[in-house]
Amino acid sequence: MKHGRYPFIIGFLIVPVAIYGTFVVAAYLQAFQLSFTNWRGFSPDVNYIGFDNFTKLFQDDTFWKAIRHHALLLVFLPLFTIVLALFFSFLLNVGGGSKGGRTRGVWGSKFYRVVFFFPQLLALALVAVIFARVYSPDESGLINGILNQFGSGPVLFLADKNLALWSILAVLVWQAVGFYVVLFSAGMGSIPTEIYEAAALDGATRGTLFFKVTLPLLWNTLQVAWVYLGIAAFDAFALVNVMSVDRGGPDGATTVLGLEIFRNMQDYAQFGYASAMGVVLFFLTITFAALTLRVTRRESVEL
Amino acid sequence: MSEIFKPEVDRRTLLRRVAAVGLLATPAVGMLSACVGGGDSDDDKADKPAGTVSATNPLGIKEDAPLEIVIFNGGLGTKYATDVDIPSYNKLFPNSKVTFNQTEEISTVVQPRFTAGNPPDMINNSGSKLMDQGALVQAGQVQDLTDLYAAPSVDIAGKTVKDTLIPGTVEQGTFNDKPYVLNYAFTVFGLWYSGKLFKDNGWTVPATWADFTKLLDAMKAKGITPYGYAGANAPYYQYTVILTSAAKIGGADILKNIDNLEDGAWTNDAVKQAAAAWAEIGAKYSDKAFLGQKHTEVQLKQNQYKVGLYPSGSWLENEQAKDTPDGFDYQLMPLPSVTTADKLPVTALYAAAGEQYFVAAKGKNPRGGMEFLRHMLSKAGAVGFTQLTKTLTVVAGATDGMEISPGLTSGNKALGAAGADTFSFRFDTWYKKLDDELRAATNELMYQGGSADKFCTRMQKAADAVKKDSSIEKFKR
Repeated sequence: MKHGRYPFIIGFLIVPVAIYGTFVVAAYLQAFQLSFTNWRGFSPDVNYIGFDNFTKLFQDDTFWKAIRHHALLLVFLPLFTIVLALFFSFLLNVGGGSKGGRTRGVWGSKFYRVVFFFPQLLALALVAVIFARVYSPDESGLINGILNQFGSGPVLFLADKNLALWSILAVLVWQAVGFYVVLFSAGMGSIPTEIYEAAALDGATRGTLFFKVTLPLLWNTLQVAWVYLGIAAFDAFALVNVMSVDRGGPDGATTVLGLEIFRNMQDYAQFGYASAMGVVLFFLTITFAALTLRVTRRESVEL
Repeated sequence: MSEIFKPEVDRRTLLRRVAAVGLLATPAVGMLSACVGGGDSDDDKADKPAGTVSATNPLGIKEDAPLEIVIFNGGLGTKYATDVDIPSYNKLFPNSKVTFNQTEEISTVVQPRFTAGNPPDMINNSGSKLMDQGALVQAGQVQDLTDLYAAPSVDIAGKTVKDTLIPGTVEQGTFNDKPYVLNYAFTVFGLWYSGKLFKDNGWTVPATWADFTKLLDAMKAKGITPYGYAGANAPYYQYTVILTSAAKIGGADILKNIDNLEDGAWTNDAVKQAAAAWAEIGAKYSDKAFLGQKHTEVQLKQNQYKVGLYPSGSWLENEQAKDTPDGFDYQLMPLPSVTTADKLPVTALYAAAGEQYFVAAKGKNPRGGMEFLRHMLSKAGAVGFTQLTKTLTVVAGATDGMEISPGLTSGNKALGAAGADTFSFRFDTWYKKLDDELRAATNELMYQGGSADKFCTRMQKAADAVKKDSSIEKFKR
């Protein structure tokens, strides 16, 4: 039987590896290569300029602005999303109390579960367009239309420097929550009901149930969520590109690295410089993932 | 559902997934540039007449060589190319097969072909995804159009192509003394208003700043937002206004100095005065909510008679054709004089050739690409273009005496009144970075409580930074 096993495995792997090699690994290597050039995108010849792009990058105010925005997203996107998703999934699974020895969600939880997932099904660009309307500064905007009815002035969500990034963050959270509700629900579903029963018999309240039973047993899932959301915080390109005022504005108040890469490549034809940013983004993302895994390492409870 | 999402993700699978997701986030750059180093680079491939030069074939194109053109499909559409210019070209060269492509994203479609070394022959470089024309020239990808301008016109007897153009057209497409780009559409820039609204209220076009603010007050009293531009994606319209005022105050050289990145070009008094005057208009007569809106939204408001004056180029009428109510009657007014001592008269206008067309120097048929431009620049080509797009072309007087639309007529009249007092700037296409900075600075000035001093200092700093940056090629005019 052993005979012919390797050709068999290789036969399966060769196509995906070739595709991955061409479209991911090769593209990556080229981005690294280009980050040391001043290539402008229109000629086959490239000039190597060493680390010039990187020195320039670290003196670039816009770059640091983008990094600060990522830091803010990195803290608040996972925080808001996970807290909300945990709250909702607790309500959907355990929040209804127990009856006949089984924990249940609040009334209609099966229906809510599906509804929560809806935002995941929308393309990101679509979400951006929809929320651009929701935030619209005149009475045609959903929120400002309502505010207008009560006679209060328009809130310039995307046009106010101090509000713009938070407004975009809210959309990111809105879009992400559904997925994590489902993820956490699944995690909660796999927690044996006997544990809840035992705790309930000992007189645990819903709050105690949540903090003493659910949360520790969900630790692994939470960790996954944190890493995924962190990586999402390094992206945010699509929403910012479509929604923000003057692309990344007002006055750079919402810009992110993805947008700056795009702008340098597309508008300024500075492919080398854009690649250098891409390389920095790559290391940031990898570092973040590795760090998170280290910091959150903790023995999970064997069920 | 819970079966699918069982949390059996251990650290190992997680890391693998993280790597996959992380990897997907970055390689866009590499992807787009995936073919650097490929492609052949033998220069001067075909810059000589390949066919016989004759009266009907002054550029000496090879009569049966195919030609490939790419047209940007935006506000102007592509009908002028397919219905007017290609038939005109094929009438003279029936054996040359024209391949026509149109796209809404020029750089996505065309840029990879430049890197690979097989570009299309003639390209309409326009739209929000246009390629950096300066970088293209810098890379030697753009054909010198000197021969085209020296060739005789297709249907204006006894004149070379250059003679038939509005003065300044060739210069507008010149990079370091060589004409590389044809800017074909001629745009007049000013404040647009509804002729009907003005007539109904008995308002007249103001010439002085005092009359201007009086008019804005009258509009405000009627419950109309007197003035506005879209901050979300069109602050460019407003900065054209500010710089036009600056040029009127201090003369057209103000703009030339800005283009040439002269020291102190932005901190000049004329720029400061213009910025201060318009900052006041923004604070008093506009609506800050426009900062969060797109040009189409504000333009629609004007069509609904909710906005009085709107700064834009002469493409506005065509762009709004679908939303304009009957009898709206688009009219153009030049900017009123800011001071009583302005160097240029009130009739002076920002007017420029725009909409770039160029021929690929390393394409298969550069001569054919130039020949195609010659047909666009024929009188028939120009008339067809104006009829289909309601936009003037750089062919001087091609549509004189034709009634096409009120806005076009009004723009044409203003142009006549301006005479030689027209001017424009180039820095926005030369240095895209400066354009972006100016957009942000303009929004700050008009809607976010900025000041003229701050505006000027900020722009001077940005211009100095561009000047110092050795990776950006500099241009002069």
